[in-house]
Amino acid sequence: MISGKRIFSDFKVFSRGYLRNKFGLFFGLIFPVILILIFGAIFGGGSTGKINVYAQNLDSGPFPTGQNLGTGFLEALNKSSTITVITVDPSVDFSKYLADHSASDGILIPQNFTLDYAMSQQVNVTVYGNPTSSTSGIVSGTVSGYANYFNLQRFNGTMIIGLASATVNTQQTKYIDFLIPGLIGFSILTSPMFSLVNISSEYKKTKLFKQLSLTPLTKMEWLISKMIWYVVLTIAGFLLMVGVGIFLFGAHVAITPWLIPFLVLGPMLFASLGMLVGTVTKNPETAGVIGNIVTFPMMFLAGTFFPISSMPQYLQTFAHVLPLFYVTEGLNNAMVYGNINNAIIDIVVLAVITVVIFALAVKLFKWRED
Amino acid sequence: MLPIEVSALKKHYGELKAVDGISFSVKQGEVFGLLGPNGAGKTTTIEIMEGLRERDGGDVKVLGFDPWKNGYELHKKIGVIPQEFTFFEKTTPKEAIIYYADLFGIQVNPDEILREVLLEESAKVNFDSLSGGQKQKTGLALSLVNSPELLFLDEPTTGLDPNARRAIWEVIRSLKAKGKTIILTTHYLDEAQQLSDRVAIMDHGRIVAMGTTEEIIQQHGSGERLEIHENEKLAEYIKANTELKVDYDKGKGEITIPLQKKIDALAALAAAEQSGLEWGDIQTRQDSLDDVFVKLVNEPVGEQGETAPEEKASKKRRR
Repeated sequence: MISGKRIFSDFKVFSRGYLRNKFGLFFGLIFPVILILIFGAIFGGGSTGKINVYAQNLDSGPFPTGQNLGTGFLEALNKSSTITVITVDPSVDFSKYLADHSASDGILIPQNFTLDYAMSQQVNVTVYGNPTSSTSGIVSGTVSGYANYFNLQRFNGTMIIGLASATVNTQQTKYIDFLIPGLIGFSILTSPMFSLVNISSEYKKTKLFKQLSLTPLTKMEWLISKMIWYVVLTIAGFLLMVGVGIFLFGAHVAITPWLIPFLVLGPMLFASLGMLVGTVTKNPETAGVIGNIVTFPMMFLAGTFFPISSMPQYLQTFAHVLPLFYVTEGLNNAMVYGNINNAIIDIVVLAVITVVIFALAVKLFKWRED
Repeated sequence: MLPIEVSALKKHYGELKAVDGISFSVKQGEVFGLLGPNGAGKTTTIEIMEGLRERDGGDVKVLGFDPWKNGYELHKKIGVIPQEFTFFEKTTPKEAIIYYADLFGIQVNPDEILREVLLEESAKVNFDSLSGGQKQKTGLALSLVNSPELLFLDEPTTGLDPNARRAIWEVIRSLKAKGKTIILTTHYLDEAQQLSDRVAIMDHGRIVAMGTTEEIIQQHGSGERLEIHENEKLAEYIKANTELKVDYDKGKGEITIPLQKKIDALAALAAAEQSGLEWGDIQTRQDSLDDVFVKLVNEPVGEQGETAPEEKASKKRRR
């Protein structure tokens, strides 16, 4: 017989204890906000998004000093939306200079650039690049584009095919938009999971569970009270994170009632999972290790920090067995893509997993010993 | 109906027989002490009575209930302090009492309970900031919330300083005065002697002696004896000139004469005087519970923790 009164009184004592403990509060509320601030600052609107490229101009031009075509070419590149040119003195050894500055990209204008251009003789601009760096492709593409433009100019040609840009979605999806559901998923996972692993193994060790078993409180009531608390904490964290995302980084995320099932089922699921891990392990040390083994793959492979579509196929398949995947995917569907039909599928899958894990946790969790 | 009836109770952990067929009963309003060295089986016995552990054999009735099968009903009627009582770190004793009252679905006056266990001044201190004695008193307070007739106190004073121990004793005495039945485990002999009406001494899962402390001392002690601090010469003189049995302990330099009758002391002293030899301090002495305990339990009482089951098991095998 489940008593709401007992759940409420246990909830009261637990939440009060939680709020008095600064560590719990930090990890439950402050830490997710710090994550948003850090990731938002790294990937958000703060940077111009232009790549710094070193360039050396050896062009001697028609005149010993002053204007030459090489300077004009670099100025044009500098006005592009992708590159910021940093000019290097012509007297230095350019490839050594790039190595010394750990630069992955560089542009070298050869000595008789102006002369050869004027004579319509083939002349090469050298682009230094690093095949492992994502910026190199952008740099060589930009340089090649401007080279073509200069080539056309030489023969008084005009551009026939132009370029207009648009994105897939109705609004522009920025990284921060994707990041917010991911980090909400992250906090839905970590806070209840780590707390319950810790609590359940510690209570077992210090015999607090035995102590509680001597009262009319049942183990199911105890677990439900913990779940309610983590739902409350999750919703508070959600509001904080979304607030910071929208007001500080101008994120475009939808706040719809379809988010509620995820904010409720998510913490319930991971509180139960934490309880399960704490219950089946012998001592707090083992519980911590097993808890990490269960949690870490989910943290990184369930679409928290980057979309799973960017991962190899076998990891994408693996992601589908991680419960957190359905939380982050569902939150993305509801908040970013507005795809409610898919979000409903995620809710159903999540509900089934939650019921199974909850039932298992209650069944295997023992107040007393045989 | 007696509050507690235990017969032929058995519990083993693998090879180790933690409780090996013990029987006893406890009367209404009695303080019953379970005494024994660490690892003797006290906690296992008390946890079986509380319904926290399942027994392997025998019969246990607590307030008429089978504690394992009807634990949920039983727990509403008993109060328990488990060994090394702990509680939620960031909860005060007063909040803890209100929490328990809510769980039991009853109305209590928390201040009254705090006064009863002498904990008023720490009513609003978080549990993790309380001293060892105050923590135990919080445990006592919680065990009283449901106004139980029967209390189980498992080593309530272990690890406490002498003042804190005495404060707990005071609380236990006042509970006894209110007519509550109390089961107390301890490995402090003075505690058992101070508080209990009857004690059972346990060793290796068995009860080796049971009764009031006086009864146990009488049954298992060596009776009254005269002790004289002097050399062997005097011992031999008394032995030669009286009918008395005379023992001499070279190490201590002590002559011991068991007294069958009080008048034996006079005969011994007369012989000593007659000998013309020097003689030192004299005293008459009776076995204390300590002496009996050491005699009955063939290992000294440890202060730290329970004996590890493996160690215990190997000891058993050696014997």
